[in-house]
Amino acid sequence: MAKSARIVAQVVFYALFAAFIAVFATWPSYSLLAPGQALLRLSFSHPGKISTECRTRSAEELAKLPAQMRSAQDCQRERSPVRVRVELDGSSLVDEAFAPAGLSRDGASSAYRRIAISAGTHRIHVEFRDDVRASAAAYQRDATVEARPGQIVLIDFKPEQGGILIR
Amino acid sequence: MTTRAEAAVRGLERRLDAVFGTEGNPLRQLGALAFLSLWVVVVSGFYIYIFYETSVDGAYHSVQALSQEQPWAGGLMRSAHRYASDAFIVFTLLHLVREWMLGRFTGFRWFSWVSGVPLLWLAVASGLVGYWMVWDERALYVGTATLEWTGWLPGVGVEAVRNFVDASAVTDRLFSLLSFLHIGLPLLLLLGAWAHLLRLVRPRTMPARSLTIGSLVALVIGSLAWPATSMAAADIGRAPLGVEIDWFYLGALPLADRAPGTVWLVLFGISVLLTALPWLVRPSATAVAAVVDPARCNGCSLCFADCPYGAITMAPHIAGHGLVRMAVVDADLCAGCGICAGACPSATPFRRGAPFATGIDMPQLPLAALRARLDEALDRVAAMASPRVIVLGCDDGAQLADAIGAAMVSAQCVAQWPPVFIEYALRHGADGVLVTGCPGADCTWRLGSGLTAERLHDARMPRLRAQVPRERVDVHWALREDVRSLAQAVQALRARLAAGPATAPAPQPAPALNHG
Repeated sequence: MAKSARIVAQVVFYALFAAFIAVFATWPSYSLLAPGQALLRLSFSHPGKISTECRTRSAEELAKLPAQMRSAQDCQRERSPVRVRVELDGSSLVDEAFAPAGLSRDGASSAYRRIAISAGTHRIHVEFRDDVRASAAAYQRDATVEARPGQIVLIDFKPEQGGILIR
Repeated sequence: MTTRAEAAVRGLERRLDAVFGTEGNPLRQLGALAFLSLWVVVVSGFYIYIFYETSVDGAYHSVQALSQEQPWAGGLMRSAHRYASDAFIVFTLLHLVREWMLGRFTGFRWFSWVSGVPLLWLAVASGLVGYWMVWDERALYVGTATLEWTGWLPGVGVEAVRNFVDASAVTDRLFSLLSFLHIGLPLLLLLGAWAHLLRLVRPRTMPARSLTIGSLVALVIGSLAWPATSMAAADIGRAPLGVEIDWFYLGALPLADRAPGTVWLVLFGISVLLTALPWLVRPSATAVAAVVDPARCNGCSLCFADCPYGAITMAPHIAGHGLVRMAVVDADLCAGCGICAGACPSATPFRRGAPFATGIDMPQLPLAALRARLDEALDRVAAMASPRVIVLGCDDGAQLADAIGAAMVSAQCVAQWPPVFIEYALRHGADGVLVTGCPGADCTWRLGSGLTAERLHDARMPRLRAQVPRERVDVHWALREDVRSLAQAVQALRARLAAGPATAPAPQPAPALNHG
């Protein structure tokens, strides 16, 4: 191959490689949501109530324990799973029990769910139950949200801020 | 035996040889090109980091300012940082595929192969963190999608994603952590790359000069033509739409959005398969390690200096008698190329009385057998028309059938021929000797042709003795497919010899040493 042809061919190779890198560094683009969709996110981390009743120790029992362990209540470590129900416009989106973390099931229950919903006005009903012994949900919240395309509607749970948060 | 995959690679390389030349062919220097990309990433990264602010408010604006306030410096550096990172992944993957297709992952090469696998994970992890630092919509997507994906793994959990569901959870500390990771992970990558090259002596970490210049010019022009930009600033209340994905680093995330477990399974599966590959595939030929004869090893360390794979060490001599050191071969590291035998100064073929034995030799093809082959070739060429040429070559280079006035004899590697064999051929009937082997960038044993050239140019021991007439010796490097050029080189030497005594031809430059 003549030297000039080799140089031209090299320039073409370099240009093609540079274009290959530049193009696939940004293209094709990707959207998690389809046009006209919004995102509903359920995310919380909350320790459920202790799953069994605590027992009150007798004076004899307490006397047998080392001084630093003389707690009046004898409680199991295991916590209740946190049961969550989310309804959107009357349809169930989430109805799950989230188990506590840890080998002894004594940690917080955590959850993260993302669900694509259509943009627009929605009625959301959320229930949290963090005690297996209670028959009724401990926390409930109803809200009407106006979700624009691409907007994230977050459902969180923070007892110190009043319980269920929808924003 | 050439496999189909090897033939495909060599065919492609031959086509690119026509454009870039053998020594400048990018396919033969993919590892070196990956290193070049890495150095560009490191240098541009240092520059960018000077201006980067590790805070929620500062991260996005400081990166934007690079492009907007100093487009010819910061903007260029930023673009070069991104595109060189992408090129690093591309070169690394191509390097992996090439070595696999050439079957270079079994036997003594297992360590280099296996140590390369985690480098890909480290590179991708470094890139993911880098995109996170920009703190634009893409960064928000990368952060959330990565933590959702890793949260799928048992024992990891999704708690970390909560850091991206609420603006109050994102603090300046996150960007300090990301900076630490974006420096730490590439440092680990460099450490891994060092381990990857540990078993190679004089590894090639820079491409040929022409290729280096061409690549850097292409990078600069590409960076100016398509400058790297940010998307809109991250807004935790909005899901990023139309995210500009860098498919070289972020390609797994859109797939993991839909099937995180499947993507983990595929990536882990490929990694495990790649790691186990050296033991799953039977090597095409088992290397037979070089053997040291302590009685003849004087501890000169020439074999130690020439071994391309660091398989030889110098240890206290077991014989004593005033000898201090002797060579010791680690059979697990030995490629069986025979270069050490060609470096041994005791390898003189002129001794006829005693058995031909050297300080270090190859059991499967000892120098005595090479001398016998050379004697046969000399007998064959003696019956041919003058001037008679002996071609000393290698098994993986171009092979020449006995042609008019020339007979060829091959060793495992051209550097297995001690230079004294040239003198031997000239004293036993050859009018000229042509030394040939794979060009440097194509050398099967990495350093064979380079070492041979240095020996013949008096730049390396053992040298060709001064009294050997240089005008009767020539060197021609040829790919195994390039039989025609070898034949032409033979005829050119014969024509020169026929023309009578003349000045020695201009010596060919020593070929570049091959990394692979």
